[in-house]
Amino acid sequence: MQHKKKAIAALALVGTLALAGCSTASGDGGTSAAGDCTPSDGKVDLTFTSWIPGIEDAVQLWNDENPDIQVAVQTGPNGNSGTYQNFFNQLKAGNAPDLGQIEYDALPNFRVQDGLVDLAACADVVAAEDDFVPWTWGQVTLGTEKEIYGVPQDSGPMALFYRSDLFEANGIAVPTTWDEYKKAAKQVRAAGGYITNFSQTDINQFAGFVWQADGQWFQNDGDEWTVDLTGDASKTVADYWQDLIDEDLVSTYPAWTDEWNNAYNSGEVWSWNSAVWGANSIASGAPDTAGNWSVALAPQWNAGEAKAGNWGGSSTAVFKGTEHLYEATKFALWLNTSDEALTALNTSANIYPATTAGLDLPSLQEGVEFYGGQKIYDVFKEAATQVNPDFVWGPTMTQTYADVADGFKAAASGQGTLFEALENGQTTTIDALKAQSIPVKE
Amino acid sequence: MTATTAMPGVVGPKGAGKGASSGAPRARGPRESLMSRTAAMLVMAVFTLYFLVPIWWLLVASTKSPGQLLTTPGLWFADFNFVENITALFEYRGGVYWRWLGNSVLYAGLGGLIGTLIAAMCGYALAKYRFPGREVIFNVVLGGVLVPATALALPLFLMFSQVGLTNTFWAVFLPSIVSPFGVYLTRIFAAASVPDELIEASRIDGAGEVRTFFTVSIRLMSPALVTVFLFQFVAIWNNFFLPLIMLRSEELFPVTFGLYTWNSQLNQIPELRSYVLIGALLSIVPLIVAFLALQRFWRNGLGAGALK
Repeated sequence: MQHKKKAIAALALVGTLALAGCSTASGDGGTSAAGDCTPSDGKVDLTFTSWIPGIEDAVQLWNDENPDIQVAVQTGPNGNSGTYQNFFNQLKAGNAPDLGQIEYDALPNFRVQDGLVDLAACADVVAAEDDFVPWTWGQVTLGTEKEIYGVPQDSGPMALFYRSDLFEANGIAVPTTWDEYKKAAKQVRAAGGYITNFSQTDINQFAGFVWQADGQWFQNDGDEWTVDLTGDASKTVADYWQDLIDEDLVSTYPAWTDEWNNAYNSGEVWSWNSAVWGANSIASGAPDTAGNWSVALAPQWNAGEAKAGNWGGSSTAVFKGTEHLYEATKFALWLNTSDEALTALNTSANIYPATTAGLDLPSLQEGVEFYGGQKIYDVFKEAATQVNPDFVWGPTMTQTYADVADGFKAAASGQGTLFEALENGQTTTIDALKAQSIPVKE
Repeated sequence: MTATTAMPGVVGPKGAGKGASSGAPRARGPRESLMSRTAAMLVMAVFTLYFLVPIWWLLVASTKSPGQLLTTPGLWFADFNFVENITALFEYRGGVYWRWLGNSVLYAGLGGLIGTLIAAMCGYALAKYRFPGREVIFNVVLGGVLVPATALALPLFLMFSQVGLTNTFWAVFLPSIVSPFGVYLTRIFAAASVPDELIEASRIDGAGEVRTFFTVSIRLMSPALVTVFLFQFVAIWNNFFLPLIMLRSEELFPVTFGLYTWNSQLNQIPELRSYVLIGALLSIVPLIVAFLALQRFWRNGLGAGALK
């Protein structure tokens, strides 16, 4: 009989384990419709998913000051590496977090999937518009008149990183227009280097170039989407880079690989048109070149203009299913506008703020050793105000990026052209939208 | 293994005769020509190199300072910073890496043990008891071997969401203790290695079924159980997709998933690179230890399952 008792005991144990599991589960599976933006009674617990390392420290500051609105941080990989898919799964299962980090180019996807709460009901959010750099606000209104789908968190204004020592030693002036840039490219090539590396896979960098040229890839009039990857600006930019590739004036290493880093570290490649966060990428990828880099405003398409592109940036959005819209927006505004939060995010994760006041953070006022002591963030502050506010992302950017990148890779190896890749991307993007029953204007 | 059997003339390692020690004289295979032996050795050497070079690269990379990672040749050492790197990894973000390592050991170790036990009981029951539907159950379990675990992750997530178990220890642990392949292997092995006479004998001696299982049968099955355990341990340790789908809280991550989250942010936070590398190196150490400690059983179990 003894063994039978043992068996029963084992069964009972399994049962208790399962029960214990249930009781420790966090029960935030509520699916009540998001209502108006009014404070809830009593203590509120929020969940917030972000992949920024060290964001817990910033959130801890909030939790210490706001005992009635406690925020629990959840984390995961970078958005496209899994967290976005998780958000969609959670929305389907009805247990999405209250707040989540979403990059600008992914916001429209969440909106067409009906995953986001329109924050326009919250007066505080509407009033905060003036705190932000104007174009970042355009990134969260998604080109609509009144709807707001997130609070801008950071931005990636683009500028020109260049090897000031090599430019100087070879008597090459720092280019201020793309024409001059091409001339400089020939001089650099004559000196044995490449002026830059054309990335076949960073389609959002290319989008930044088109953005700077006042191009528009997507538009949404409220009902229908317009897709225009092949407009005049895109054509200009694509032809320009195609020329540089054809004349062997740029290298085409796959970006973010060791050989790419090595090309910069060894002095083979002399400049990089990148976003503010790229400052760290060079510093860690090309450590032997410390002190030899500088930053200038991006080359212009027409002399005398002052325009900049943008590459990257994310927002804090509120998911459908939250029961505490008011508290969630209160936290989101604090996280992205308060000095203490912005300072914490900037020091722990190099986050470049989206607010006007944030551009003057003390940590952004200092000279950077890697750039020979230059106050590089002054340049980016200027660039941040030059970005076109009307650029809108489409609802299927992951697909668009992938399809265009395929074409770019082929073009870099001599098959087809960059513009043909865009034409192909245009077709596949329209197909993808239709496949999701998203209305497209043709 | 192939190397030792291909060269029967050479004095074999001590364990070599074990598998064939059925009393028959040692089989003398056809003598291979020098050419084909050389070719076989060459092919194996190439494959060995193919598998070992990445590990060598990882080992070398983890001894370099972050600056030298990208600036010195990948396959040879630069300054030796191994200890500094490990210390930095363990200090980063309050030693969260330790936590991940501990989680992995818990998921894989405990999950492997319980998974093996369940598989053993199930396989044993299927092999030794006759009851209606036995073959149906076995075939369904066999079908389970064919379904990749990744395909089940999303349905599991939706089901676990219903009962509020996502983002808990159980979300990763419970699916990990199921091993259809283990059931298959233990059934085959139990049928072959646990004689019915022995079970009869213990029944006559007054032992119940459960006691017979735990005191007699399980010992006879131990080589297969070690194999199943190793399989389970490795599968859970390397299982990445399930934690990706299920977990949101950093303190629950296993080490594979934790490293992946860091790796996904290298573009913007390049400092993480050296942590990812040294972390990856350390994360395979437990696997190597488990294999070295248990490989003898592993081989016997595999052979037994295949031959008998």
